[in-house]
Amino acid sequence: MSTPNTSRLLKYFDALREGAEQAMDADSSVFMMGLDIDDHRGIQGSTKGLVEKFGPERVFTTPLSEDAMTGVAIGAAMAGQRPIHVHIRMDFLMLCMNQLVNIAAKSHYMYGGTVQVPLVIRTMIGKSWGQGAQHSQGLHSMFAHVPGMKVVAPSNAYDAKGLTMQAVRDNNPVLIMEHRLLYGTEAYVPEEPYTVEFGKARVLREGNDITIVGVSNMVMEAMRAAELLAEQGIEAEVIDPVTISPLDFDTIEASVAKTGKLLVVDNAWLNCGFSAEIVARVAESENISVKPAVKRMGFAPTTCPTTPSLEDAFYPNPKTIAITAYQLASGKQDWVPADDQCQLAYQTQFKGPF
Amino acid sequence: MTEYSSLEARLYASIALVRRAEEVISEIYPSDKIKSPVHLAIGQEYIAAAVIDHLRETDYAAGTYRGHGVYLAKGGDLNSMMAELYGKKTGCAQGRAGSMHLVEASKGVIGMSAVVGTGIPVAVGHALAIKQQRRNDVVVAFMGDGSTEEGCFSESINFAALHKLPILFVVENNRLAIHEPLYKRWAADTLTERIATYGIPATRFLEPNVLAIHEHVGKVIDDMRSGAGPAFIECHTHRWYEHVGPCEDYDQGYRSLEEGEQWRAKDVYVALGQSLDAKEKAQIDQDVEARIQAAVEFAEQSPFPAPEELYNYVYA
Repeated sequence: MSTPNTSRLLKYFDALREGAEQAMDADSSVFMMGLDIDDHRGIQGSTKGLVEKFGPERVFTTPLSEDAMTGVAIGAAMAGQRPIHVHIRMDFLMLCMNQLVNIAAKSHYMYGGTVQVPLVIRTMIGKSWGQGAQHSQGLHSMFAHVPGMKVVAPSNAYDAKGLTMQAVRDNNPVLIMEHRLLYGTEAYVPEEPYTVEFGKARVLREGNDITIVGVSNMVMEAMRAAELLAEQGIEAEVIDPVTISPLDFDTIEASVAKTGKLLVVDNAWLNCGFSAEIVARVAESENISVKPAVKRMGFAPTTCPTTPSLEDAFYPNPKTIAITAYQLASGKQDWVPADDQCQLAYQTQFKGPF
Repeated sequence: MTEYSSLEARLYASIALVRRAEEVISEIYPSDKIKSPVHLAIGQEYIAAAVIDHLRETDYAAGTYRGHGVYLAKGGDLNSMMAELYGKKTGCAQGRAGSMHLVEASKGVIGMSAVVGTGIPVAVGHALAIKQQRRNDVVVAFMGDGSTEEGCFSESINFAALHKLPILFVVENNRLAIHEPLYKRWAADTLTERIATYGIPATRFLEPNVLAIHEHVGKVIDDMRSGAGPAFIECHTHRWYEHVGPCEDYDQGYRSLEEGEQWRAKDVYVALGQSLDAKEKAQIDQDVEARIQAAVEFAEQSPFPAPEELYNYVYA
């Protein structure tokens, strides 16, 4: 669909809320459940006001029973409802793994196409201020590994709303991976309902020198790095896959065929992860005639620490992304962005148009 | 639908179909025509028969990987089941389920799972949907004693009780988890007492008294349809066959033949049969044999799915 025009800036968490609200307005079978969604904080604002509008039968908290509650959501979905199950941290999905992998993802296939699971899982990655080992993980690769699951990763408020609305309409289990540091970011978000298509990557910035694929919050960091690179005369093409599974590889492939250089910046570990998947597909591609120079960045191969001095070294940032991309694109190691430049880049925020 | 002269005759017909179908499956099994692990419920069929007798087509029943009886009692088609065991395209899941994942959504048979306990919250979710959709249908979730050790069992009962959902939990307590006896797994054999503390009716049946179970469940389900919320029953029972496969295994030493013989002496299939008018019993037996024979022929003559069908149904 074409992008609706709008001049309204909306924050990511508001966009998540508005997407759910409009989906619930449109279809009375949509309901939302999850620990704390109906309290005064409303999952950092992203569920605020929904219980007042739709009532406690359609918006309710749950016992701390992630395993069974996931099964309950799946069963309700099988019986014709369209649940949105909210988790304030992605790490808690480990408690839901059995139901998601063994039932949600498999039911349509295992039951010969006679059963559908139109289930939405909303889940948020934490970062910074000591979120630490069990509040910071990006586990999208684990879920994208499994046939039958869909995994989407909105990097901005526009996608937060549009992907939420599309996820609710989808007849499969869809996991929405949100990011805490994106919650306060703004973008141009239409007031009317709209959907963002699954399996369609977005080129956020065009360039001929290097392709940078970012995931979730790393899209934002890659855009900041691209600003620093531009000052050095390097034009990076920044791609947001938007949906991890299904993956629009064609857009990435066309870009790499053009630039001959690929940097993948994942919001996760590299080992056996989504970044490896992209690089593997590039290696297999018959449409990329010259072997491209490839590099991956992501979490350090450690557990996430809490102290800032270690945490800063754990994540890629605009500076390290820019340095890596510069070396890959130019073949030279003669530039490091100045810290005051990086500070300016940190103000960068992509707001659209989409 | 066949008319029977009595409740006993109706229950006998339901039990006989499962008993004889599973005996025939066990006879066919060594031929390797059935391409699926089978978990037979021989000796336990009366529980599903008694409970599901109270259900309507729009109600739901959730079974386990030992679920032939639940599937058939709830209206699943015998031909589709047999074809599914054979891996044929005409099976209830077109050869993607085998014996462990039987399903018949159009009859309210919730798809079954091979991961113990996993189906319990899914059944509760169906009960939540019933409540949200303002229907007065109910759900029955069958499970074994092993599943009550899973976290999701307690989580599910708590949530169902909290929201007063229309679901009956039925534990078929055969006192075995694969080969592990109850005393090696439970600190206290007081499951029913424990469940009662959630504030829901909980009743234990130590004996295979099919009519008593039937009567009790009838009342419980009537109450449930008028909003009483969930209930629980525990039925002690006995698995005659091995955990998985077509044979008995008393020679393996993990349980005693003596205990088995005590239960076999109380076989509901035999007792109910003996209570019937001989002519009606003979008619039921004849119908059962004919249906099973037809199902085996249907399964044998049906085609396998074509290899290119592998990719069907990954996504809805």
